[in-house]
Amino acid sequence: MSAQVVNIQPLSQPVDLGVEPATFSPEVEAEIDRNLAKYPVARSAILPLMFIVQRERGYLDPAGVLYLANRLKVRVTDIWEVATFYSMIHTDPIGKYHIQVCRTLSCKIRGAGKVTEHCSQKLGIKVGETTTDGRFTLSEVECLGSCGTAPMFQINFDYHENLTPEKIDQILDALP
Amino acid sequence: MRIEAIGCEPLQLRRVHLENSGSIDVYRRNGGYAAIKKVLDGMSPDDVINEVKKSSLRGRGGAGFPTGMKWSFVPKDSPKPKYVVCNADESEPGTFKDRYLMERDPHMLIEGMLIAAYALNSKTSYIYTRGEYKYLIDIMDVALAEARAAGLVGNKILGSEFSHEIYTHTGAGAYICGEETALLSSLEGLRGHPRMKPPFPAVSGLYACPTVVNNVETLTAVPDIINMGGEAYQKLGTEKSGGTKLWSVSGHVNSPGVYELPMGYDDMEKFIFEDCGGMLDGQKLKAVIPGGSSVYIMRADQIIGKDVRMDYEGLVAAGSMVGSGGFIVMDETVDVFESTKNLTEFYKHESCGWCTPCREGTDWLVKVFKRIENGGGRPEDAQLMLDLCDNIEGKSFCPLGDAAAWPIQSAIKRFPEDFKRRLFEPQKGS
Repeated sequence: MSAQVVNIQPLSQPVDLGVEPATFSPEVEAEIDRNLAKYPVARSAILPLMFIVQRERGYLDPAGVLYLANRLKVRVTDIWEVATFYSMIHTDPIGKYHIQVCRTLSCKIRGAGKVTEHCSQKLGIKVGETTTDGRFTLSEVECLGSCGTAPMFQINFDYHENLTPEKIDQILDALP
Repeated sequence: MRIEAIGCEPLQLRRVHLENSGSIDVYRRNGGYAAIKKVLDGMSPDDVINEVKKSSLRGRGGAGFPTGMKWSFVPKDSPKPKYVVCNADESEPGTFKDRYLMERDPHMLIEGMLIAAYALNSKTSYIYTRGEYKYLIDIMDVALAEARAAGLVGNKILGSEFSHEIYTHTGAGAYICGEETALLSSLEGLRGHPRMKPPFPAVSGLYACPTVVNNVETLTAVPDIINMGGEAYQKLGTEKSGGTKLWSVSGHVNSPGVYELPMGYDDMEKFIFEDCGGMLDGQKLKAVIPGGSSVYIMRADQIIGKDVRMDYEGLVAAGSMVGSGGFIVMDETVDVFESTKNLTEFYKHESCGWCTPCREGTDWLVKVFKRIENGGGRPEDAQLMLDLCDNIEGKSFCPLGDAAAWPIQSAIKRFPEDFKRRLFEPQKGS
């Protein structure tokens, strides 16, 4: 093995993601403005804006990251460091319906394992996987504050509680 | 799911069952926004803080710090803007009370925040809600728009000289952001890392300005304290634990739900076996985690026949804590080794990674749990886990480390049989 000489770029160099920044409709831009107006410091809007970008683009892709860096006047790395900290920010593509089964204690002792198993069998994917048609992603997540109505899962932002296998079938089959 | 008051008149839960309870009209028809009017009509900020001090209200998020005292730490002469931040990041496993307060009675929270803001001379406040509760942010936005239209939020509230704006804010799935300094980091658009204390947020919080961070249930108690007076509120509970407390009950009971009890409710056994409908499927009680996943787990024989008083002092005397009031009931089908492993995985996932003892310690603990589960248990593993906990507890940057250690320490001590089986006869036990 021999050491390779690497040209290290100075930190002040802008990061080239190889993409153009994302663009949004005037309505979405207005929504972003409304969010920015809440704070004396623009950077505070980083999470609300990430959710908007995710909603519009499916996930926080490099073009979305670049857009946010420009919009908030921060570095690309500032966006990445925040994006990678929060479990609800997705920097990889994700299914149209994200099934998030709560796995923490109160749900576990009321049958969370069976919920995961049922979803897994029905969709033919393991936890952490996405169906080949891109419709469903199955995840196990930590406590969603639904312990009195366990077991439960959240599909995108919607809570589904007191789940039974029949109820799971109904919910999944009814999705457009 | 039941939402009921037991042993007292419903206070925080008094409107939750009314039709359209979230609307400003129903809120006002049922005593709402009378407290802020009373405050603006003739109370000074110090009067308000004194009433809250007299009420013995303690922070309902988990730490139980006296609210009036927290407010009084904000320096009055500071030229900087002051902020009120509502902690609606409810993520402690087993806790779901704030969710129903915001869903069913959002104006109660708005009124509580207005009173806090008046007491602290604050012009801006934020409601930091966990990202998963998006529907609650939508509910709060609607309620805030109603309150703005009614002249209750914004400039010159109710014609007074007091102006205040309240904004909603979203988290994005990080338990640590329920810790107040991590919440402030997150609200500033950073990773949710906790900050060194001191300086405490009351002196240097959001944007380095004086800030008070209070839990939803704490703030929603404030309008009643003003309406009935601090002393009357305190008398609903005990001397050191004033008022009422919401308990989120989950697990193996027939009627899980949110229960409002007077502080000092004097029989935990009755609470489980009568008020919560008794044990599911007639199973035997094995264990209770009374205050959210972080507190010491209790054995059934620490509860049955022991008249455990449900308030801050009573639960400490009984060997646990009130915490957030996330009351998890477990029957004999539960293996405490497994339930503790489940919680340890939670803390490993939620450790923010900022400090080494918590980040590495929780990771190692999960590794040991997994090895034991897979039949690789050794007699010395109990001591190994206690040593790991000892290197986390009190040695990590924020209380998440303690919260990860306590369930394990108490489980090994109080349910040794569930561990021994796996450590001494690993093949049989797994």
